[in-house]
Amino acid sequence: MINQSLKNLSQLLASKAVSSVEMTQTFLERIRQYNPTINAYITIDEEKSLAQAKAADSLIAAGTATTLTGIPFAQKDIFCAKDWRTTCGSKMLANFIAPYDAHVIAQFNHVGAVNLGKTNMDEFAMGSSNETSYFGGVKNPWDLTRVPGGSSGGSAAAVAARLCAAATGTDTGGSIRQPASLCGFTGLKPTYGLVSRYGMIAFASSLDQAGPMAKSAEDCALMMNVMAGFDARDSTSLNHPKEDYTAKLEQPLAGLKVGLPKEYFAEGLDSDVAKVVDEAIATYQKLGAEFVDISLPNASLSIPVYYVLAPAEASSNLSRYDGVRYGHRTAQYDDLMDMYMKSRAEGFGEEVKRRILIGTYVLSAGYYDAYYLKAQQIRHLIADDFKAAFKQCDIIMGPTVPSTAFKTGEKTDDPVAMYLQDIYTIATNLAGLPGMSIPAGFSASIDGHDLPVGLQLIGNYFDEARMLNVAHAYQQVTDWHTAMPKGIE
Amino acid sequence: MALTIPDIKRIAHLARIEINDSEADKTLNKLTGILALIEEMQAVDTTGISPMSHSQDVVQRLREDVVTASNQRDAFQRNAPAVDRGLYLVPKVIE
Repeated sequence: MINQSLKNLSQLLASKAVSSVEMTQTFLERIRQYNPTINAYITIDEEKSLAQAKAADSLIAAGTATTLTGIPFAQKDIFCAKDWRTTCGSKMLANFIAPYDAHVIAQFNHVGAVNLGKTNMDEFAMGSSNETSYFGGVKNPWDLTRVPGGSSGGSAAAVAARLCAAATGTDTGGSIRQPASLCGFTGLKPTYGLVSRYGMIAFASSLDQAGPMAKSAEDCALMMNVMAGFDARDSTSLNHPKEDYTAKLEQPLAGLKVGLPKEYFAEGLDSDVAKVVDEAIATYQKLGAEFVDISLPNASLSIPVYYVLAPAEASSNLSRYDGVRYGHRTAQYDDLMDMYMKSRAEGFGEEVKRRILIGTYVLSAGYYDAYYLKAQQIRHLIADDFKAAFKQCDIIMGPTVPSTAFKTGEKTDDPVAMYLQDIYTIATNLAGLPGMSIPAGFSASIDGHDLPVGLQLIGNYFDEARMLNVAHAYQQVTDWHTAMPKGIE
Repeated sequence: MALTIPDIKRIAHLARIEINDSEADKTLNKLTGILALIEEMQAVDTTGISPMSHSQDVVQRLREDVVTASNQRDAFQRNAPAVDRGLYLVPKVIE
């Protein structure tokens, strides 16, 4: 059951071969078995999950079920879920019980899906290895000495180790796609504004976007049908007509024009990753795709631009944690200022503080034009590069990450090296475009471990259905996406 | 422009984060590296380029000026560190 597609799980439930309670118990049992090692979940609440499963079984019995009714999903701990502890991976929110549902959670609840638990993540989604979580690091199921990527590292490990049917994540600079590449599954960051940010704890509001993390493109399409949609409560939500993301899945790829950005194949790309990506491109050639060389001349600036914009927005967003209305409050303080200073010093981890300080600095008097405004201008240039590229091609392909999963602790002392993990993913967030990572193979075995490699697809605005089609066609002729790590069967 | 320890302390104060000397020292080191990365931007000529904050050409939506949310004070205050009779408690700010 654990390696089945969402469609098959749905059929198992509809045919009453398995009940939602049984399916939920199967995954809860696996969580009990593997979570102590992998640490993919921060909060489990079996009673709540099983109550949802029971309610789903009633819907199925009454004949009012839809595709995802009764299927157990893992939810990133960045989404507020009513009456669930929602920590965002931080000591600041270690005891925060969400009083309401995020839009994404409400959408899953609406179709009668089961919430299996809240997954681990880098603190406030700031990280590329899940090592900044207050609740401890997450292990990559393909090699327990390596990181799963981040910030959606818990959801990533849960999908890879089959500790859920699928999971949700959020992606500000690569936090869905980079872990999808490092853990070998399919992840989609939609067009900015397509999925509501309501109730999703804010990091960098002009970049944050939620999306599905699942075994296949087809699974992602089914989840997008539930997750996407206009929501007036998110001021940047786009009023885009509701679509069926499975509708184009089976379209042939003949004549598809694929752009290969030369900057994504330049120095810095690991040779093992390059080899896998080249093989994936050859497979697409056989499927009828045509290739054109394109250039994204300002792509190399996306990391500097991101490390101005994201910390600036974070420093503003995280000013709400003051120890007054919710969150950590220090035990001893002299006055209000002292209470703010100590509560925030104790409640935030090192990386979060670092980013708040950068953000505060670049926004401080006298520096705004040199940093924030400049970064927003270059952001425009980066978006224009993509606009020009999409005049020559339908979709862009390249590596998701320059290398495979690295060892735990390897980059913790060097923030800049850690930031380079997202060198191929950040430009997409800056432009607001949809991006995907799909499993495309493995690196040469290291110490007996095969490490997954992801292929990145970047589409034009609102082209998710076409991207899912392109990914699905590949998954019909390859089986990388069904591979499971050893030792978790 | 190179950052100094007094700069770090000033920024930390603006951000309302207490920082001791040894932390300030470590932070200076890391922030200097990150700012060097950011400096790459300065080589780009951005004269006449408009700043971008949203990829789509959108304007702020307006809504009718009517109450849409219900009173959930009790639910929200359950997460507060200190409350009394529906009020959030903070140290005395007015003498």
